[in-house]
Amino acid sequence: MIYTNTLSLRHPRGTAEQCSSSGIHTVCDTVTLRNSSVFNTDSCLRRNDTRLFLKYILPFLLLFLWVSPAMASGDEIDLPQEHWSFDGAFGTYDKAALQRGLKVYQNVCAACHSLKRVHYRNLSDLGYNEEQIKTIAREYTVPDLPNDEGEVLDRSARPSDPFVSPYPNDQAAKYANNGAFPPDLSLITKARAGGADYIYALMTGYHDAPEGTELLAGQYWNQYISGHVIAMPSPLSEGLVSYEDGSPETIDQYSKDVAHFLTWAAEPEMEHRKRMGIKVVLYLIVFAGVMYAVKKKIWANVRKP
Amino acid sequence: MASGQREKFENPVIEWVDSRLPVFTMMQKEYGVFPTPKNFNYFWNFGAIAMFMLVTMILSGIILAMHYTAHNMHAFDSVERIMRDVNYGWLIRYIHSNGASFFFIAVYIHIFRGIYYGSYKRPRELLWIFGVLIFLLMMATAFMGYVLPWGQMSFWGAQVITNFFSAIPWVGEDIVLWLRGGFAIDNPTLNRFFSLHYLLPFVIVGVVFLHIWALHVTGSNNPEGIEPKTEKDTLPFHPYYTMKDTFGILVFVAIYAIFVFFFPNALGHPDNYIPADPMVTPAHIVPEWYFLPFYAILRAFTFGVNIYILAGLGLTVVALLPLFTKKTAKEISLPVMSFLMALAGVLLLLGYFSQLELESGAKALSLPLSTAFVDAKLCGVLAMFGAIAVLFVLPFLDTHPVRSARYRPWFKLGVLLLVVDVVILTVCGAKPAEGFWVPLSQVSMLYYMGFFMMGIPFLSKFEPIKDLPKSIHQSVLGGERA
Repeated sequence: MIYTNTLSLRHPRGTAEQCSSSGIHTVCDTVTLRNSSVFNTDSCLRRNDTRLFLKYILPFLLLFLWVSPAMASGDEIDLPQEHWSFDGAFGTYDKAALQRGLKVYQNVCAACHSLKRVHYRNLSDLGYNEEQIKTIAREYTVPDLPNDEGEVLDRSARPSDPFVSPYPNDQAAKYANNGAFPPDLSLITKARAGGADYIYALMTGYHDAPEGTELLAGQYWNQYISGHVIAMPSPLSEGLVSYEDGSPETIDQYSKDVAHFLTWAAEPEMEHRKRMGIKVVLYLIVFAGVMYAVKKKIWANVRKP
Repeated sequence: MASGQREKFENPVIEWVDSRLPVFTMMQKEYGVFPTPKNFNYFWNFGAIAMFMLVTMILSGIILAMHYTAHNMHAFDSVERIMRDVNYGWLIRYIHSNGASFFFIAVYIHIFRGIYYGSYKRPRELLWIFGVLIFLLMMATAFMGYVLPWGQMSFWGAQVITNFFSAIPWVGEDIVLWLRGGFAIDNPTLNRFFSLHYLLPFVIVGVVFLHIWALHVTGSNNPEGIEPKTEKDTLPFHPYYTMKDTFGILVFVAIYAIFVFFFPNALGHPDNYIPADPMVTPAHIVPEWYFLPFYAILRAFTFGVNIYILAGLGLTVVALLPLFTKKTAKEISLPVMSFLMALAGVLLLLGYFSQLELESGAKALSLPLSTAFVDAKLCGVLAMFGAIAVLFVLPFLDTHPVRSARYRPWFKLGVLLLVVDVVILTVCGAKPAEGFWVPLSQVSMLYYMGFFMMGIPFLSKFEPIKDLPKSIHQSVLGGERA
C-alpha cells in the first residue's frame, strides 16, 4: 500500500518542502529567531506544544478566571455556605429533615407560596407510606371534573393530585400580597444562585434596616436579597412549628429543614441521579483504562524504526 | 463512490451485498485501510468526539421531542414533566442540555487544532469552510434549542438575539417582525424555533458528510504540517486510530458524565428555571457560555463609526494593501506601512475618544463632526458576525507556506494569545457591560480582529520559514532534520 497524494502545498514561494530544502528565507531572517531564548531551542519547537500551553498559557487563564469574580461589580452578595447531607457525589437527602421541612412548608410557606409541580404521591420519597400520603392529601380540597349535570363540585385531594395552591390564580395571589407575587417554590432552589444556601440565608437574613434606609409599607430588609429590600415579611419565628422528633424549634433549624425540603422538591431525582452517576463514571473510567491498554499495545511497534 | 476495482469478500452475505452496492468496500477503503499520518497527537481526537456528540444530541433530542410541547403556555410545564414524571426523563434532558456545552467544547478544541496546525491551508480550504459552516449552524441550532424550555433566559435571550436584526438599516424592523412571527416573542416564535431546532441538526449531518468527504480526498493534516510522502509516514485508520479515538471519546464522555450526573445545572443559568414572563426583565441577560466571546464583541461597541473612525479604517486598508497585492516581503516598505498604521491609529483613537462619554456627561474629546453615522448597535452586530465571517476567509488570509505552528514561532505566539484573548472575551461577555469590563472587551475585540485581519496577512509575508523535517517518519524518530 503506497500512499499517493496528488495534491501538495503550492505557494508563490514554492512548496513548504521546497522551501525547507532550498533554504529560502525572508528579510527577517532566522538570525533574530535563533537568538530569541523562548523559541530558539528545537526541543521547544518540536513535540511540546502541550507543555508550552500548560506552562505559559494555562496558569494565566486560571489566574484570570480566579480573579474575575472578585472584579465583578459590587452588587453580588456572598451567601454563607452551609453543610448539607445532599452535598457531594455520595450525598443523600435526610428523610427526617425532609419531613420536618414539609411541615414547615405546610404550616408557614404554603400560606402564600404554591408548590404545584410536586404531587402528593411524590411524598413517598420522604419515607411516608401509601396510607400516610392519602391522609396528608385528604386534608386539601380540589375542584373535581364537571359531573353529569355539568356542575363542578369540590372533592378531597388524592395522592395523584399536585400540591394544592393557596390562591386560585396568579392575580388573586398578587392581590392578596400588595401586588407582589409569591413565586411557586417547586423549582426555587434551582432558580436561585446558591440553591439551598440561598433559602437558608434568606430565611435567617432578616434584620432591622440600617440607619438611613427608608422602607415603604410592606417592605422588609434582608441581608441576602439583591437590593436588600423584600416584600415578604420574616416568615419564621421561634416555636412557630412544633416538631415531634425533638429537633430544636428555632429559626435556624426551620430554615435548614425547609431549604432541605425545597431542594428535594426541585430535584427529586437527585439521589437516583448520583447513585447512577457513580456507576456510569466508574464504568467509563474502567473502559477508558482498558482502551488505553489496547491502544498502547496496538501502537507498541509504531515508533520503532 | 468506491465503484472501481473491488476485492472479493469471503463472507458470502457480505459479498452478495457488496457486489451489488459496495458499501463494505467503501468502509474498508475509507475507515479500514485509509492511510492516516502516524504522528497525530490527542488534539486529533476531537473530530471523532464532535461526531459522537452530534449523534448523542440527535438521539437524546428525538426522545425529548416525543415528550415536549411546543406551545408558550405548556412548554415550561412539559419540560418539568419530562424532569419529574417521564421515566429517566431527567437523564435524557440533562444529557441533552449538557451535551450542547460539551459539543461546543469539542468543537472549539477542534477549531483551535485546525488553526494551530494550519489545517485550513491548501489543499484543505474547502474542508475548513465546511467546518466553519457546521459551527455557524451549530450556533443557530443551540440558540433556538435554548429558547425551547421557555424560561426567563430563553425568552429574553430570544428577545435580544432577534433584536440584533433591527440594527439593519431600513428593513431591520421588518426582518425582526418576520423572524418573530409577530410583534413580540410569542407562541409563533416558539413554534418556528422548535421546527428549525429539529431540522438544522440534520442539515449539520449533511454538511458533516461533506466535511468528511473533503477530508478523505485530501487526507488529514498532522502536527508537523507536512504531507505524508511514503508508506512509512502513515498507518491504516483501523485499528490504530479507531482504538485511539475510542479511548479519547471515553475520557471525554467520562468528564461529560460527571457534569450530567453531578453538576447538571452548573453550565446553565438559574433564571431559566423561572417560567418566561414578558413583564419581568432579568437583571442581566446572559447567553449560554459558548456564545459569550461573541456577545462580548457585540457589546464592545459603545461607539459607532464617525468620520475619524472611517478615515482610520480607510487608512488601515491602504496601509495593509501591500500585504495582499505585493508578492514578497522585500517589495513591501515597512517604514511606510508603520507610518500609515500609526496615523490610522491616531485617527481611530480620536474617533473613539470623541464619542467616549465621561461621567460628567461631556465627551472625553471635543471634536467637530464627531457624531457617529453608523450607530454602535449596527457596528456591534457587524463585528459579531464578522468574528465568525473572518473564519470563513482564514485560508485566504494566511498565505504562509508553513502549516504547523511548531515551525512558525511568531504565529504560535499569536495563536496562543488568541486563546487567552477568547477566554478574556468569554469572561467579559458574562459580566455586566460596565466599568473596567468595557475597555477590556474593546481591547480583546481589537486583538481578535487584528490577529485575523492584520496579524495573519503580515506574518504570511514576514515570518521566516523554518526548516521542516524531511518526513513525518523522520520527525517521529526524532532524527536529523533537513
